Amino acid sequence: MACNSSGCESGGCYGREKENGCKVVDVKETVRLCVKCKSNEPMTFGDGGSDDGRFCAECFRSNVYGKFRLAVTSHAMITPSDNVLVAFSGRSSSRVALQFVHELQVKALKNYEASRDRSLPVFGVGVAFVDESAAYPSLSGGMSDAIAWVRSTVLSLSPPEKDLHVVPIESVFGSDSVEARDRLVKLLDSVSDETGKEDLLLHLKMLSLQKVASENGYNRLVVGSCTSRLASHVLTATVKGRGYSLSADIQHVDARWKVPIVLPLRDCVWQEITRLCHLDGLKTVELARHPQSGINDLVSSFVALLQEENPSRECTIVRTAAKLTPFYFNKIPETDDSCVPMATQRRLKKFNLKYDGSMTTEAFCPICNGPLNGSDSSEDESDALYDACCSSCRFQILPQEPSSLDHFGSLLPHHMISQVKHHQKFDSQTYLREKIKDCLLLDDEEAV
Amino acid sequence: MERGEAKSKKAGGPPRLCCICNEKRPVLKRPKTLQQICRECFYEVFEEEIHQAIVNNGLFKSGERVAIGASGGKDSTVLAYVLSELNRRHSYGLDLFLLSIDEGITGYRDDSLETVKRNELQYGLPLQILSYKDLYGWTMDDIVKMIGLKNNCTFCGVFRRQALDRGAALLKVDKLVTGHNADDIAETVLLNILRGDIARLSRCTSITTGEDGPIPRCKPFKYTYEKEIVIYPFAVSNPHHTYAYFKKLDYFSTECIYSPNAYRGFAREFIKDLERLRPRAILDIIKSGEDFRIATTTKMPEQGTCERCGYISSQKWCKACVLLDGLNRGLPKMGIGRARGGGVNGGDHKKETKAGSTVKTLETKQCGSLDF
Repeated sequence: MACNSSGCESGGCYGREKENGCKVVDVKETVRLCVKCKSNEPMTFGDGGSDDGRFCAECFRSNVYGKFRLAVTSHAMITPSDNVLVAFSGRSSSRVALQFVHELQVKALKNYEASRDRSLPVFGVGVAFVDESAAYPSLSGGMSDAIAWVRSTVLSLSPPEKDLHVVPIESVFGSDSVEARDRLVKLLDSVSDETGKEDLLLHLKMLSLQKVASENGYNRLVVGSCTSRLASHVLTATVKGRGYSLSADIQHVDARWKVPIVLPLRDCVWQEITRLCHLDGLKTVELARHPQSGINDLVSSFVALLQEENPSRECTIVRTAAKLTPFYFNKIPETDDSCVPMATQRRLKKFNLKYDGSMTTEAFCPICNGPLNGSDSSEDESDALYDACCSSCRFQILPQEPSSLDHFGSLLPHHMISQVKHHQKFDSQTYLREKIKDCLLLDDEEAV
Repeated sequence: MERGEAKSKKAGGPPRLCCICNEKRPVLKRPKTLQQICRECFYEVFEEEIHQAIVNNGLFKSGERVAIGASGGKDSTVLAYVLSELNRRHSYGLDLFLLSIDEGITGYRDDSLETVKRNELQYGLPLQILSYKDLYGWTMDDIVKMIGLKNNCTFCGVFRRQALDRGAALLKVDKLVTGHNADDIAETVLLNILRGDIARLSRCTSITTGEDGPIPRCKPFKYTYEKEIVIYPFAVSNPHHTYAYFKKLDYFSTECIYSPNAYRGFAREFIKDLERLRPRAILDIIKSGEDFRIATTTKMPEQGTCERCGYISSQKWCKACVLLDGLNRGLPKMGIGRARGGGVNGGDHKKETKAGSTVKTLETKQCGSLDF
């Protein structure tokens, strides 16, 4: 209900003020108090956003940190025996993720040192920074400074100490940097669609993070994606025909990878994150972005426009997508590993009950790792790579001429193409048959 | 850069022959695929794709009476023409009618109805016109005078949907077809995501809806691009229907005078920009909509019938009755926004105004006589 009293801004007049009737707020005379603790003065960020001037600094901070902690505990994202790698781009979202993970670790260390039996170990934290200058040459100018800054930031976040891994994106092709760069450039040049090129780079980025994580003994990859980022992803996935795999990408946990990915900031919006950086003086680095001209950029502008018209639009978009059915891999797998504390195992079991029933395995696209919809399979079995990919990657990444497919396959990193060689068309009949084979009494000739 | 263009640029200038027949010179670039195509091949492929959509989805059975929702706009005019053509050419065996709804919007609907009446003569399809005035006792002009321009589209949409069903029942038709095109459906998918309406999201891409309701309705233009619908009348040439029938833009192309700006407009603009970057994105949105993993439990709420008029409804009263009740009692906000305290009696009694006594009290016609 819009409030008609003068001096009342449209965004700020609901909640308890509505029940009591709206007071005319005159800053000079009355002292405004934080709506949560009612004792401190509220912060004003002056960024024109909603909720400005309602919470004090402490309450604001504890709100955001609270969402992070809730996500971590209810999804068993980080447990005492884990070794966690934080993907750090230097920008606000991953900076906050790194900060919060560090604080969680500090607290765990404190508890460990205070406890008598020292039964719960402290989880390990490492940081990974992907250097994309081989793909975007315009970045190379500021890259060494950026890396130095990242290094000093990570150094400042100790104790406990954290290893920093600077990962050149071309490392997915191997350790010989000259050859790897060359291969990367050749691969990118062979993709004619602008959006396809951007998306392929994202997939390569994830591959490089996975590589560094598994080679260095990490068992969790923390990604700082926030609500706002996911809202854009919902729309880009929709317009690219990726509606089937969408629900896999936007959950708190994505365990289809060798090193499961967790999104502890999934429930925080961009505005909260930037405000927090401002509040805590968290520095970020903005590398000059390659100008994006494709669909991804169009969607970001569209979402920004929608946000102006309604500041809660991003949340609604993600909430809608959250109603889509997730996949069996959107949870931390249960494990009988005796290293995992009993409390964690119990929590996992309780949480995973929701996912029972979907016992299907999925086939995945070798390029984007998206689960494949059965209806996507191509009719003509022309090329193994073409058959194995989802329809979106077929259109925007694979070359259109069938004769170029072989060559393109040779340009892909080994990890992607190796999946194709072993890829068999998912045959549900055979799969089910295999499952019940032991119970069948008829032998093969008599079987229907 | 679109791949089609890249290809033709590499070949050194536009190809000299139509992509499909390789005989004639191309005269246009097909919006859906960017193929360089001649006039004949365009209308042939346009019609053929619609025929495939009809056949592959089993939209009709021979002998069915089918009403075409005809607004006089470009979609329904082209729909009427193409459907009667295909019916004849492929012997669908359908009994086709034009059904038009007069919402009572001066300067808009009265003009577009003239177009529909012309279509009736041109295509030889019988026409039935139903007005909001006859059905509900209110024209849109009356409604807007009462409630202003904020929620008028809600009223119009709800009333039109029911009006089409009632008209179809009056004509004793088996099916209703509407001219919703690919752009419309893509837009609806996006809007449902933006609004959080998961139940509608699961239904909005179906080519046929309401099979368990009074009159099933289908959308043969589900995969047809709006741009192509606009081009089609200029491409078609049939010895029995000369170009003159289409030449004067024999369809009505003005925006409804009450249409609000913003919201749906954002999504429309976005889709236009998207189409420019990647034409197939419109079909990709529809594909995504079809592929979304939505649990069957989130689908249709239980369907009953309205206590007042017998129309299909998931609540005690159907939406049209709720809205009408509000109008008749001078409580135009009733039925708008989220329900409070369940059912039609919730809410704003204290706001009843003196206007209640002078307001029309015609109710929706009882549906007992209509074969629901």
